[in-house]
Amino acid sequence: MKLQIEAGLCQGHGRCYDLAPGLFGDDEEGYGTVLGDGVVPPEQQDDARRAALNCPEHAIALVEGT
Amino acid sequence: MTVDNRFAGHLWERRDGESPGIRSEIVTGPVADWATDFSHTEPEWAQDPFSIQDDLRQRCPIAHTGRFGGAWLATRYEDVAAIAYDTEHFSSRSVIMGNFRPPRELAPIGGSPPITSDPPFHRAARKLLLPAFTKAAVSKQEPAARALCHSLIDAFDGRDVVDAAAEYAQYIPIRVIADMLGFPAGDGAQFREFAKNTLEGINLPPEERVTRKSALFYYLFAQVHDHLENPRDDLTTFLINADLNGRKLDVSHVVGTMTLLLIAGIDTTWSAIGASLWHLAAFPRDRERLAAEPGLLPVAIEEFLRAYAPVTMARLVKQDLHFRGADMKADDWVLLSFPAANRDPAQFERPGEVVIDREVNRHAAFGLGIHHCLGARLARMELQVALEVWLQRIPSFSLADPPAVQWSAGQVRGPRALALRI
Repeated sequence: MKLQIEAGLCQGHGRCYDLAPGLFGDDEEGYGTVLGDGVVPPEQQDDARRAALNCPEHAIALVEGT
Repeated sequence: MTVDNRFAGHLWERRDGESPGIRSEIVTGPVADWATDFSHTEPEWAQDPFSIQDDLRQRCPIAHTGRFGGAWLATRYEDVAAIAYDTEHFSSRSVIMGNFRPPRELAPIGGSPPITSDPPFHRAARKLLLPAFTKAAVSKQEPAARALCHSLIDAFDGRDVVDAAAEYAQYIPIRVIADMLGFPAGDGAQFREFAKNTLEGINLPPEERVTRKSALFYYLFAQVHDHLENPRDDLTTFLINADLNGRKLDVSHVVGTMTLLLIAGIDTTWSAIGASLWHLAAFPRDRERLAAEPGLLPVAIEEFLRAYAPVTMARLVKQDLHFRGADMKADDWVLLSFPAANRDPAQFERPGEVVIDREVNRHAAFGLGIHHCLGARLARMELQVALEVWLQRIPSFSLADPPAVQWSAGQVRGPRALALRI
């Protein structure tokens, strides 16, 4: 599973880096960023799904099978 | 060194009262039918807006009123979102609905950028402020907020009943924003008046509104001058020195943004803290669980924000528009009810219930799209600290007199009198 943030959609709500700080960070303006290469270790897949499901802007894409 | 003469003399006096905007007749009194005559300023709305919103969402999801010179109220999540995203047809040049519409020429900047700004101006004006409101920047305010919460509770010593709205929640955002703007902490009572006049004074006679706005304007004018003489590390000095597209900000921009920062953070956060404490006082099971499991607070706070979203925003229709069954006219107001959107059964399971460990919670309490609340991280920090300290110090409390709880009317809703037995 791999994570992506659609930069044009992110408005900096910050729900992702609150809910899954191991997978997301924020930039100097508060917009969400994907940490590392975005590949989600198996033990963090629930966190990744929770972050995606709570993003008010639907800006997080989870690509399964990668 | 060149002299900064932007702020010299009285060249830049704002004349809101004389500006060529549109005035409408002030209409108050009981609402005949919420679908055709709504008013968010009536006591019935303040007391229980949710049952009105639930009813409207079913039978008339974009309601109308002739009050305020003509206005619409969206209660479905998808409609609120669609309007929030549609900056082509809806302008933010005024976001507080009242009986005065600023002239169209005020767009795209508006009186208090960036909240009152439309694209393309909006983006740069917002970008300027973002670094001051990141998680890291906001965390610097946390120790002072925590110390304040403790000192407010220390002052309750020996009392059985306290007003958690007036004696606790209120002070937290006032102190935080005073520190960030570099205003004297002792001026808090004035800030509260400024915020109340702006948000709750919408049906006052125009002359009265102008007089009260002038008081805010002169206060900010004095603060700008104080910061010109004694520059320091705060948002006021930052705004005075800031560059936008290669030039310093216009005076109206500096003072307009100061107005926004001062007003936007006070009643809103006060409301969110107060509503959360009200809930915990009214629902002992949730209170007991959070007192025992403080680690759940961040998730619970998102649920309080969903269920008791304090803020409703306004837009102005740019040109006549047929929108999802509503025949909107140019300069009609549109209220984006984030509180109603947050209780839409099409978006949330069990929307009327507060589920403090709700797993999926895409609430819109801080808005959606480009105007998403700039101070959301600050509000969350204040909520977290206020509730954490309260639950730690006063784990057991209840409503002292449930019918006496007073909720504010208008676009920011929260308890203004909240007697708790501690």
